[in-house]
Amino acid sequence: MIQGKTRIVRELEKIVGPNAVIHTEEELRVYECDGATIFRALPDMVVLPATTHQVAEIVKVCHREQIYFVPRGAGTGLSGGALASQGGIIIGLNRMIRILETDVPNQRAVVESGVVNVWLAQKISGDGYYYAPDPASQTACTIGGNVAENAGGVHTPKYGVTTNHVLGLEVVLPNGETVEIGGKVLDPPGYDLVGVFVGSEGTFAIATTVTVRILHKPEAVKTLMGIFHNIEDASNAVSGIVARGIIPACLEMMDKLSIQAVEKWAKAGYPMDAGAVLLVELDGPKAEVEALADLVVEVFQAQRVREVRVAKNDEERELLWKGRKAALAAMGQIRPDCYLQDAVIPRTKLPIILKEIEELSQEYGLPVANVFHAGDGNLHPFILYDGRYEEEIRKAVELGARIMNRCVEMGGSITGEHGVGLEKQDFMPLMYTEDDLEAMMKVKCAFNPDQILNPGKIFPTSKSCVEVGQHKRDRIRYEPHRIEKEGLAQRF
Amino acid sequence: MSSGPVNQTRRQSAFDAADPPEEKKYLECIHCGLCLPSCPTYLEMGNEMDSPRGRIYLIRMADEGKIGITDSFVKHMDACLLCRACETACPSGVQFGSLMEKARGQVERKYKRRLSQKLLRRFILSVFPYPDRVRAMLKLGRSSQRLGLRRLVIHGGLSKSLQIMEELLPPPDEVPADIPLPRVTPAEGTPKFRVGLLTGCVQQVLYPQVNAATVRVLARNGCVVVIPREQGCCGSLQAHEGGLEPAKAFARKTIDAFEQAKVDYVIANAAGCGSMMKGYADLLKEDPLYAHKAETFGQRVRDALQFLHQIGANGRYGPLPLKVTYHDACHLVHGQQIRNEPRALLRSIPGLQLIELKESDFCCGSAGIYNLLEPEYGVRFLERKVDNIVATGAEIVTTANPGCELQIAMGLRKRNITMKVLHPIELLDMAYQAGIAPRS
Repeated sequence: MIQGKTRIVRELEKIVGPNAVIHTEEELRVYECDGATIFRALPDMVVLPATTHQVAEIVKVCHREQIYFVPRGAGTGLSGGALASQGGIIIGLNRMIRILETDVPNQRAVVESGVVNVWLAQKISGDGYYYAPDPASQTACTIGGNVAENAGGVHTPKYGVTTNHVLGLEVVLPNGETVEIGGKVLDPPGYDLVGVFVGSEGTFAIATTVTVRILHKPEAVKTLMGIFHNIEDASNAVSGIVARGIIPACLEMMDKLSIQAVEKWAKAGYPMDAGAVLLVELDGPKAEVEALADLVVEVFQAQRVREVRVAKNDEERELLWKGRKAALAAMGQIRPDCYLQDAVIPRTKLPIILKEIEELSQEYGLPVANVFHAGDGNLHPFILYDGRYEEEIRKAVELGARIMNRCVEMGGSITGEHGVGLEKQDFMPLMYTEDDLEAMMKVKCAFNPDQILNPGKIFPTSKSCVEVGQHKRDRIRYEPHRIEKEGLAQRF
Repeated sequence: MSSGPVNQTRRQSAFDAADPPEEKKYLECIHCGLCLPSCPTYLEMGNEMDSPRGRIYLIRMADEGKIGITDSFVKHMDACLLCRACETACPSGVQFGSLMEKARGQVERKYKRRLSQKLLRRFILSVFPYPDRVRAMLKLGRSSQRLGLRRLVIHGGLSKSLQIMEELLPPPDEVPADIPLPRVTPAEGTPKFRVGLLTGCVQQVLYPQVNAATVRVLARNGCVVVIPREQGCCGSLQAHEGGLEPAKAFARKTIDAFEQAKVDYVIANAAGCGSMMKGYADLLKEDPLYAHKAETFGQRVRDALQFLHQIGANGRYGPLPLKVTYHDACHLVHGQQIRNEPRALLRSIPGLQLIELKESDFCCGSAGIYNLLEPEYGVRFLERKVDNIVATGAEIVTTANPGCELQIAMGLRKRNITMKVLHPIELLDMAYQAGIAPRS
């Protein structure tokens, strides 16, 4: 609860105008969750600035009053990262939606952080360019949010994730200072602060404008759909593609339940009875694409593919992707709520983990659909439940944890692209020792020493920046080295 | 599933039992947010309460008894255009339109509006569904334009609405005199279909030429066109504003009128009416006498352009060397998912150049009577639309809904732009005329 809320509301209204401060409970309720509805937390206020200056002024108030604040883009995130989990102010960036500059010949664009990912692509499409990172929610998610989560997408096998496409940032630090990091050139001298910042999940500073790299569209694009009898064959086909040295632009797999949910809406021609579907997109010079497509078909055939379909034109191709990208959104047809996991596993373990997930799904009585960014081993199990029943929420969370544990045991990781946020902080010790976590916290404390910005995320413990590293210092103090004890050496 | 509900002591819903928003419909929303950028009010206001996802969340909370039907609940329900663009965007197929109409139904019965707002609504809804009254208002509007009557209306809340109402009315010389249409128009050549035409309340008064063109074009395509005299309003304006009971009465009357006419198809040339009639089944599903009738009726409804495209309109068009753009009426593109058919028909006219309109499926702000009830926002959406229309460089803008025609024409008039606003079927009609007697 914020002390002197009325006074602060008034002060913020002076900065952003009366229609841009939300403070009544029923209106705040709509901000209590993002795309991961399993977590809910009511903010004390929501403020909607329209300029970097306004963001800075709001943050100065928060800093002066030591009020927690959390940036939020479109609220499509899947790890609860945009929740005011400890109360405080949500700074919604949905009014900062201008594309400030597109410099096509030099392959860069400057956007405000509330710009929706796909708007940029639409803006430069006529010039033959595009913005490569394309998360499934790209029609709604913001580029600022993509920066926070270091978002991936279906094009990651060949083009990497958001960090590979960000050149510079204008950010407001937690004390209200506005600074620029990076710039317009690729790899500027000095520390790669942009690299440090991208993926910091809104715990370092609030990005207000983003300079991104844009790419020329390839000469040719070809999308093949391999329809398989089962997951094993499809997984082997993925390994086969990689073993041939092919780097596809996209390499995506969907299981039966996902295919069925998606097809009902998208009507893209996904086979409702297939065991698994592989989508492979190849791009580049026409001759190369054609040659690689033949190789992919060979690999498919070696794995008893039931049928190979090739998108005949852009329309068919877009329809296939529209379907794939709607996977999460289409799950509402099956159950009211979805708890989406974001595990990474070694590609070869996919058939094993999917079999185990199927068994767990039976055990808990909750349906689980799966999509798989096969190119980078990022598995998304959609755990489907009904949030009106407490028992089901508990089961969904437990089932998720068991999947996560198995993925880590198999040599994987707890998140591929959705971020840790609130959702996976308890899984962090599966991946890191306390020392590892403290090293990361030190970086956070360099940006956010009071931890008033987006507190309670990523890390399983809530240490103040003063406490960070304390146990290590204590250990050094109380455990002198053997040679010191023996009087052979002395510490100065 | 076996476990009990979270809210064992579930609070009392803010809604009553008469047509509440259905739980199973709002549960289909998985809160992914893909609808957000499709929503005009979200883009304009930038807050979550004025987004489809936020509105569904508010409806759900009201149904779960966590909030009441308060001023701010009503504000966010009122601000919705009901353009249903979110339905097009939603992969889970959430029926937002039905949720919103039913939420508004509850609001109308359970919320006390300010007197001026109440009167305004009552006035608008007692005029538009009745062609005779629309005709009377047209006359009155003109005299008030002359006499400056509205200056007498000093009530701040209403003057803006009344001003828009006046400005919406086309100048007298642009509205043709009533064009009487026969009850039955024979088909040209061998009759292939017997179709009924809904003439619409606003359409028949302000755009009688559109109905006349529709009849000619249908007849040319082998249709016997019946215009049942017993027909009335389809009920869409009422339903839009939550007047579900009057809407049901209109729906029953419409169903009866066309049933008696024994037609194969019911044709609407106003997107709002077509969308409404296709959805009668949802409106009347609790009505034991009409539930089944409404369903079979809905299956027979076609938008005029959809129907022509479906039957393969005969292509004996003469050339129309015109630069044309097309605005998707919300209740055609989102309400009925008809996007390509009108474009295909326009493109089939020789010489006609169809220029795509940026944000063609973004609401123009007319939205039933939204432009009158929420004049400030209605105008903002209109400005955005007119900017895009001007940027096409077209000579004619076409759209298949009278509300959009009025709204866009007003926007153009205010900027002194002499671009014509037509229904696509008028161009088809002109092309057929040009095919008979090529102009020299």
